[in-house]
Amino acid sequence: MIEIQSQMSERALELLSLPEGHPCFLLDVGCGSGLSGDHLTEEGHCWVGIDISTAMLVISPVPDVALDREVEGDLVLGDMGQGMPFRPGTFDGCISISALQWLCNADKKTHSPPKRLYTFFSTLYSSLTRGARAVFQIYPENSEQLELITAQAMKAGFTGGMVVDYPNSTKAKKSRFKNMKGKSVKKTRDWILEKKERRRRQGREVRADTKYTGRQRKPRF
Amino acid sequence: MKLLTHNMLTSHVKGVTKGYPLLIKATEVKVSEVEFNPQFVSRMIPKLEWSALVQAAEEVGHLNDLPTELLPDYENNEEFLRKVHRVLLEVEVLEGSLRCPESGREFPISRGIPNMLLNEDEA
Repeated sequence: MIEIQSQMSERALELLSLPEGHPCFLLDVGCGSGLSGDHLTEEGHCWVGIDISTAMLVISPVPDVALDREVEGDLVLGDMGQGMPFRPGTFDGCISISALQWLCNADKKTHSPPKRLYTFFSTLYSSLTRGARAVFQIYPENSEQLELITAQAMKAGFTGGMVVDYPNSTKAKKSRFKNMKGKSVKKTRDWILEKKERRRRQGREVRADTKYTGRQRKPRF
Repeated sequence: MKLLTHNMLTSHVKGVTKGYPLLIKATEVKVSEVEFNPQFVSRMIPKLEWSALVQAAEEVGHLNDLPTELLPDYENNEEFLRKVHRVLLEVEVLEGSLRCPESGREFPISRGIPNMLLNEDEA
């Protein structure tokens, strides 16, 4: 069990495609006992973990799992469906191993899974830096669940797709990785303005910047 | 809770617009040794709210000689980076609470872990 978790964390980190040799500031959603976080530490990154379970993180008389394990990441007790309590542009990347499916269950009558999913994804999106990625490992119960998750993530601004490892395996280990990239950098107005500046510096002839710069054109263009 | 994390934490209670920075009331603080990585510290500095960091360091009694304003050309100033490293990663609040500057709502910190769970009416 621990080995599988460890492998999944390794795979998630791989999918994050962080620049080589750069220590990054990452978020581990549903970090639990810190198993996945350990991997981040091993690769030289600094991370913050958030989990709803006190038993895992532990702030009670029950034996501490994460604290006992002397986890390097900074831990926060929180409910992902209530939103990420971080400032915009905080993290260089996010991983989440086997945690997202919890948002799909309505534990209380007042909980609406789509709303909680959207709250989670939209606040996560904002807490990531431009171009940062979020990788989620999940075991979806069915395709409806997967669609629900994808829909809310897209609504929040994420783009990306799914990577299915071992699609032909009939054994229970059907592990699906969702690889969602936040914030496409190209073609935004800022990017266009920067590019024009660059070309001016190169001495090229560039049109003036107006309110029409970067504006969405009609389809016939 | 490290001060680096604190610098990023805000109150996400429904209706609160200025839930940052959270005011620290620390009853137990720990200082440990963490490997110094100048590249990481240098990269994190632009992300920080400097005044909030200074305020937080003061609240936990570890301001020492940390400058109140960011020094220009800090990337090459090792002494400065070490001071920042110490405040960001080596000082930890173990017990205490975080208070929202707008609503006064308190988030307790126990065993180094801040409790950001919201009540039904706050989410």
